[in-house]
Amino acid sequence: MDRFKRTPIAEQAPKVRSHNFKEVCLGYTEEEAVAEAKRCLNCKNPQCMTKCPVSVNIPEFIHEIAEGNFAEAAKVLAKYTALPAVCGRVCPQESQCESKCVLGNKGDAVAIGKLERFAADWAREHNIEVATAKEKNGHKVAVIGSGPAGITCAGDLAKEGYDVTIYEALHKPGGVLVYGIPEFRLPKDTVVKHEIENLKKLGVKIETNVIVGRTITIDDLFEKGNYDAVFIGSGAGLPKFMGIPGENYNGVFSANEFLTRNNLMKAFKDEYDTPIKVGKKVAVVGGGNVAMDAARTAKRLGAEVWIVYRRSEEELPARAEEVHHAKEEGINFELLTNPIEIVGDEKGWVKGIKCVRMELGEPDKSGRRRPEPIEGSEFEFEVDTVIMALGTSPNPLIPSTTKGLEVDKRRCIVADESGRTSREGVFAGGDAVTGAATVILAMGAGKEAAAAIDEYINK
Amino acid sequence: MYKIVDKKNLAPNIFSMDILAPRVAQSAQPGQFVIVIADEKGERVPLTICDYDTEKGTVTIVVQSTGCSTKKMAEYNVGDYFEDFVGPLGQPSEYVNEDLNELKKKKVLFVAGGVGTAPVYPQARWFHERGIDVDVIIGAKTKELVILEEKMSKVAGNLYVATDDGSYGFKGMVTNLIEDLVKNQGKKYDFIVCIGPMIMMKFVCKLTKELGIKTIVSLNPIMVDGTGMCGACRVSVGNETKFACVDGPEFDGHLVNFDEALRRQTQYKSEESEKGGQHVCKCQQGGAK
Ligand SMILES: Cc1cc2nc3c(=O)[nH]c(=O)nc-3n(C[C@H](O)[C@H](O)[C@H](O)COP(=O)(O)OP(=O)(O)OC[C@H]3O[C@@H](n4cnc5c(N)ncnc54)[C@H](O)[C@@H]3O)c2cc1C
Ligand SMILES: Cc1cc2nc3c(=O)[nH]c(=O)nc-3n(C[C@H](O)[C@H](O)[C@H](O)COP(=O)(O)OP(=O)(O)OC[C@H]3O[C@@H](n4cnc5c(N)ncnc54)[C@H](O)[C@@H]3O)c2cc1C
Ligand code: SF4
Ligand code: SF4
Ligand code: FES
Ligand SMILES: [Mg+2]
Repeated sequence: MDRFKRTPIAEQAPKVRSHNFKEVCLGYTEEEAVAEAKRCLNCKNPQCMTKCPVSVNIPEFIHEIAEGNFAEAAKVLAKYTALPAVCGRVCPQESQCESKCVLGNKGDAVAIGKLERFAADWAREHNIEVATAKEKNGHKVAVIGSGPAGITCAGDLAKEGYDVTIYEALHKPGGVLVYGIPEFRLPKDTVVKHEIENLKKLGVKIETNVIVGRTITIDDLFEKGNYDAVFIGSGAGLPKFMGIPGENYNGVFSANEFLTRNNLMKAFKDEYDTPIKVGKKVAVVGGGNVAMDAARTAKRLGAEVWIVYRRSEEELPARAEEVHHAKEEGINFELLTNPIEIVGDEKGWVKGIKCVRMELGEPDKSGRRRPEPIEGSEFEFEVDTVIMALGTSPNPLIPSTTKGLEVDKRRCIVADESGRTSREGVFAGGDAVTGAATVILAMGAGKEAAAAIDEYINK
Repeated sequence: MYKIVDKKNLAPNIFSMDILAPRVAQSAQPGQFVIVIADEKGERVPLTICDYDTEKGTVTIVVQSTGCSTKKMAEYNVGDYFEDFVGPLGQPSEYVNEDLNELKKKKVLFVAGGVGTAPVYPQARWFHERGIDVDVIIGAKTKELVILEEKMSKVAGNLYVATDDGSYGFKGMVTNLIEDLVKNQGKKYDFIVCIGPMIMMKFVCKLTKELGIKTIVSLNPIMVDGTGMCGACRVSVGNETKFACVDGPEFDGHLVNFDEALRRQTQYKSEESEKGGQHVCKCQQGGAK
């Protein structure tokens, strides 16, 4: 065995998978997982852990895998993350845990994410119970939103004996895990559903079709619902548009609309009623995970796809694996390119996109080099669909209907590290507080808030 | 699951249903809407709240079967359940928050087109309950498509009916009738609320702009989530892009870009009829009740 070479993992071939919605990565077998786990040096001072936002004890769980104790590995993980099967699949490992693995200095970092996923999948497939709830303590907590932040907060509180109800605006729980991230990266019926079922087993009640701020308010929850505390995990669902001419032509969609139709409403399946429009040539504007997901979904629906991104490949914010998979699947990349106008035909349907080439100038506030348009480089190319994947911001609905709940300039809810907001008894975390971020950060925030809520109620 | 506790046929292809949804009934206000999903495979269909009963916990919807999802809904009967029912969505009508004494000084005209008569009814009743009798125009293509006339007559001040073919009431479009009322009969209105097909609202607004009467319209663009998450419902209002589901659905009609709104409404038309051949919608192929 070469200690510096990562154990290969099976994937669906690009030609095959670009025509189906099944998961791309097939996961390690037991033998492969053990082999990969044995590469870990079990460092005394594990640098990998310093870059995991929830400080998973990485050498400990990997050691259990190396010993063939898969159930034990899952139990170690459960101490730190409520959603290891999800995090193992979607964390940006290359910039987090794996970026600091010592093996990475000379060769390939240990496949921490893939091993995490293996342990979690193994536990699920073997019906290993990883969590139990304490006896009910008589206190009620309401959780708004069923994304990673809400799921984690609800799960942790239920384990402590709280009577927890999640209120979810959509008709299915899961947040972005269900409506945003596609099936081919995160299977819904196995992975996500299992996490929701686990919550229910812990006694968490989930009420879908309840929009807090419309159907009920936070004040109602305290006054009529007799909740002791409320956690807001409502995410950052509001899509941004560019504000360029032609953006309201027929055929211009937000990535959220496109992905929601496909993932939540299952438009890709003939027997579901919701229609989806993909066209033959699709431009996806943006370079993050959302853009990659929209592009690869459009590809699977039969379109030829271009990613249009204003910076260079190095700055693509998407996970490296997604960019790699997108390229393998034949997605075209127009980098250092920025749309300036969407061109429509006489009936108001998209027929092209006008762009300008960019070059990188001085670093901006984010430390990334600022893209600047190259004069005279305008060009147009033919597309019939444009998908805007420019990022999202928090929905103002809850702050606007909750007196005394402070928000910042970006409309994010203001909360301290423990999730305490400006309203007594109201906690918040995840994308609603940070703006669009990651699953693991949302989960971490849900965990912190659960601890703070427990302390608040018991003080 | 949300139980259907009452169903009435109001006209050919137009029916009303009372749905048991206590929380929605409790919070509903005039001008708001709900989203209904008929079955597990259904799409999210936005429908205006036409009435609500906080005691019974019911919300009334009035639906015109125009395409696959609304036809699917028409097959449901009393005792059946819809899979999902969510609301109330959108902003309540502006006047709900206005000072009542100020409001009482105003002359208001409601213009209802076709199935749009249903959402006008609770609004007219809202005024009636507060001692203000508003004028109402009900417009329809032909006599048998005039709905809710009797109920409306109980809450409206003057009720006028117009049919395109003259089979009942005033012969002509609602725009002709508005012109007649204002120009020939000397009626004065402080504002108009117009709810109906997009094309009707467009022409009413064109006229009332000339007449200088403020006009509120209730837009019905394509929607998915109805909570501000997808942007499918975007409309241009006074050169700003608004999301109708959260910023509306009611807007100042004189600022709405109707041509764009009409065009955007057709976005999924071919898509749905293409599926499975000629004019067979997606939902007619598989989705069972
Ligand atoms: C397409 C896409 C791909 C992504 N890929 C990755 C990835 O690969 N890796 C990664 O780490 N992160 C990824 N992210 C980001 C990640 O999914 C989010 O950071 C994370 O889901 C945030 O979790 P959350 O719990 O704060 O919010 P969300 O997951 O957004 O959940 C919020 C929930 O609250 C509900 N809600 C909102 N308002 C209300 C209300 N008023 N009342 C009731 N319920 C309400 C919403 O319907 C939703 O279900 C991706 C995001 C998208 C959109
Ligand atoms: C805020 C709002 C309130 C509404 N209130 C009512 C109501 O009270 N009663 C009623 O009968 N209808 C109402 N509508 C319209 C209703 O939602 C559509 O008729 C319905 O979605 C059409 O679905 P379908 O599959 O039966 O028909 P389709 O064949 O899909 O469409 C028929 C026609 O409706 C348009 N349309 C398609 N989907 C939508 C959509 N989601 N929203 C609007 N138009 C669409 C299409 O462009 C087409 O012209 C409302 C729409 C909105 C947005
Ligand atoms: S949770 Fe994410 S960052 Fe932490 S160890 Fe697992 S994959 Fe790495
Ligand atoms: S740094 Fe790498 S080798 Fe060391 S414990 Fe972490 S995963 Fe194992
Ligand atoms: S319907 Fe999705 S934002 Fe309005
Ligand atoms: Mg339809």
